[in-house]
Amino acid sequence: MTKKFPVRPQDVEEILLETDVLIIGAGNAGCYAAIEAKRRRPSLRVTLMEKAHIDRSGCLAGGMDAINTYIKKGETVESLVRWSRDQAGGLLREDLTVTMAELLNQAIEEWESWGLPIKKDENGEYLARGRWDIAIHGSEMKVILAEKVREYGCEVLNRVVATNYLLDGNRVVGAMGFHLREGKFYVVKAGATIVATGGAAGLYKPYTNDGIDSHHQIWYCPFNVGTGYAMGIRAGAEMTTFEMRWCAVRTKDFNGPIDTISVGYKAPMINARGEKILAERYAHLGGDKAPRFIRANAPMEEWLAGRGPCYVDTRQMTPEQVKDLKTDYLNERPTFVLFLAARGQDITKEPIEVYGSDPYIVGGHTASGYWIDVKRATTLPGLFACGDVAGGVPNKFVGGCAAEGILAARGALEYLESSPAPAGEPDKERIEQEKNRVFQPFARQLSTGEGISPWEMEERLQRLMDEYAGGVHQFYRMNRERLEYALKHLAILKDQTRYLVARDFHELMKCHEVIDMLDVAEVLVHHLLYREETRWPGWQNRVDFPERNDEKFKCFVNSRRDPETGKVEILTRPYEQIIP
Amino acid sequence: MPPRINLQKCDGCKGEKEALCVAICPGDLMVLNEDTGKAYCRSTRDCWDCMSCVKACPQSALETRLPYQLGYYPAKLIPLMGSKRVTWTCVDINGNIERFTYQNRNE
Repeated sequence: MTKKFPVRPQDVEEILLETDVLIIGAGNAGCYAAIEAKRRRPSLRVTLMEKAHIDRSGCLAGGMDAINTYIKKGETVESLVRWSRDQAGGLLREDLTVTMAELLNQAIEEWESWGLPIKKDENGEYLARGRWDIAIHGSEMKVILAEKVREYGCEVLNRVVATNYLLDGNRVVGAMGFHLREGKFYVVKAGATIVATGGAAGLYKPYTNDGIDSHHQIWYCPFNVGTGYAMGIRAGAEMTTFEMRWCAVRTKDFNGPIDTISVGYKAPMINARGEKILAERYAHLGGDKAPRFIRANAPMEEWLAGRGPCYVDTRQMTPEQVKDLKTDYLNERPTFVLFLAARGQDITKEPIEVYGSDPYIVGGHTASGYWIDVKRATTLPGLFACGDVAGGVPNKFVGGCAAEGILAARGALEYLESSPAPAGEPDKERIEQEKNRVFQPFARQLSTGEGISPWEMEERLQRLMDEYAGGVHQFYRMNRERLEYALKHLAILKDQTRYLVARDFHELMKCHEVIDMLDVAEVLVHHLLYREETRWPGWQNRVDFPERNDEKFKCFVNSRRDPETGKVEILTRPYEQIIP
Repeated sequence: MPPRINLQKCDGCKGEKEALCVAICPGDLMVLNEDTGKAYCRSTRDCWDCMSCVKACPQSALETRLPYQLGYYPAKLIPLMGSKRVTWTCVDINGNIERFTYQNRNE
């Protein structure tokens, strides 16, 4: 049974495990990485470290109603790259996109063979939903994937919260963390490590978070807080393109997806006057097929111009289509159906209101994340990255994250062969240091009995970022002075983390979530400051530099935090076009 | 978006190593009350409404409610999980009932 906590760091039991491949985060990408590693090399030990439960962890906890990139008949790897390039404002890693795209269909078809229902059209082809999307009944897709991981014989450590990498020099040789139920400190030594912890929600204040129960009424999985980014930042890994934030048009108040409606049922976005916004005001940028950042910005511009609220116009839909639409939502965000019921809303009479989401850092949608090579190796030896935590490949979405998991596993196995794990015990002093850092909120609770709760600090961070680093309440707009203000207060907040207190392991996890969010937020603001142009108006609006500047900024903005000094250095890397 | 727990139905999953809602919640939010042995949500503001707990509950003791600021009382959405299919019943604030059944796993 559970012991009473808090406890002193020195009283926490240590568990030392060894494995060949350690995967941090058992979401979609992590599960595919585990399966690929195990089926290629069944004799190897493959271990997943997961802070929740593998059956329902990560972005797919509630399910998914579509896979947004599948290369259909008539399309090619090259056409996918061109489309993705246009969607991303001309900036993506084409080498990474090509290698991802080559595996995309295989990953999706495997999922189907394991039990994921994919809808079919009259010819038996996957039912298309727009140019790249296919429609699925994915409410149980994560459970199906988790079963497969177990079937292959991977070891799953549920409820272990990763806190930092284990390092041997600058080589990553595993990770450390704590078990939420056992209350033990875990040190997992590994030959190769794959990070797959997802992106970062919660850096910004959502407009939905009134005082009582709706703090997490957000689009992206709120339990993905950027821990993988933060661990990399602390270890000096190079990160890319954090400034390409993901802000999207979502259903107003609920913050649910709208591609389901606008792509799936061709419902146009309209303003308060009933004008079709994209067709009438953004025709020169592609109309309904305009890049996603344009689509994200469009309703916000309408609001600013006094033409809000905005809607997706569902009034032309037939009752059968409405039923299908609701079934789609039940597969992805079931409570949107409850939301409509709780509004007593008949969407054939009243259209669905839309608005911008709070900003997220999500490498599956934009190019933010670890700077990696085609093997998915990060700049830290021994560490590979895949899924939302890996950068360079916007628009990979669910299928692309799965494909990237496969690639990361292959990269890790190759690395293991050429660079066997260092022999000997891990550095005791570093482990001790980490243990003290991890359990500091317990230590303070025991010694002082009061301080700052992780919820307080999270709300302070979220308001700061919202107002000074271009949140939804500021219509995503920012300037240098505001960003510098944000940096100044982020530094104070980071210093204040020593006052965090936790009374149990859940609170301890929340403390480390906010510590990780602060590290990600700081790097993000440095990125936003550096890019003195506006490349993606809905995602990154520098009001002091409103134009796109290809001459200076058609390149990647990368960062590295010096682990010794804590200083964030910014560098640029060239964009290389491979596909004409 | 917190789940409401029907305390008559919840038996704390006696016999399981860990109550199923406690084991599954991606936010580590479900806990058993040490005195009553019944489940509760420890931080209702942190729930993401993924309904994993509702789907996992063998007693159908959990129900996801919308925060009141998002939607009015008393709409309901109840899943009935089969092995390869799910049936959802939705009741709106005016008492209208809708049902949805579909396959969620291949045969």
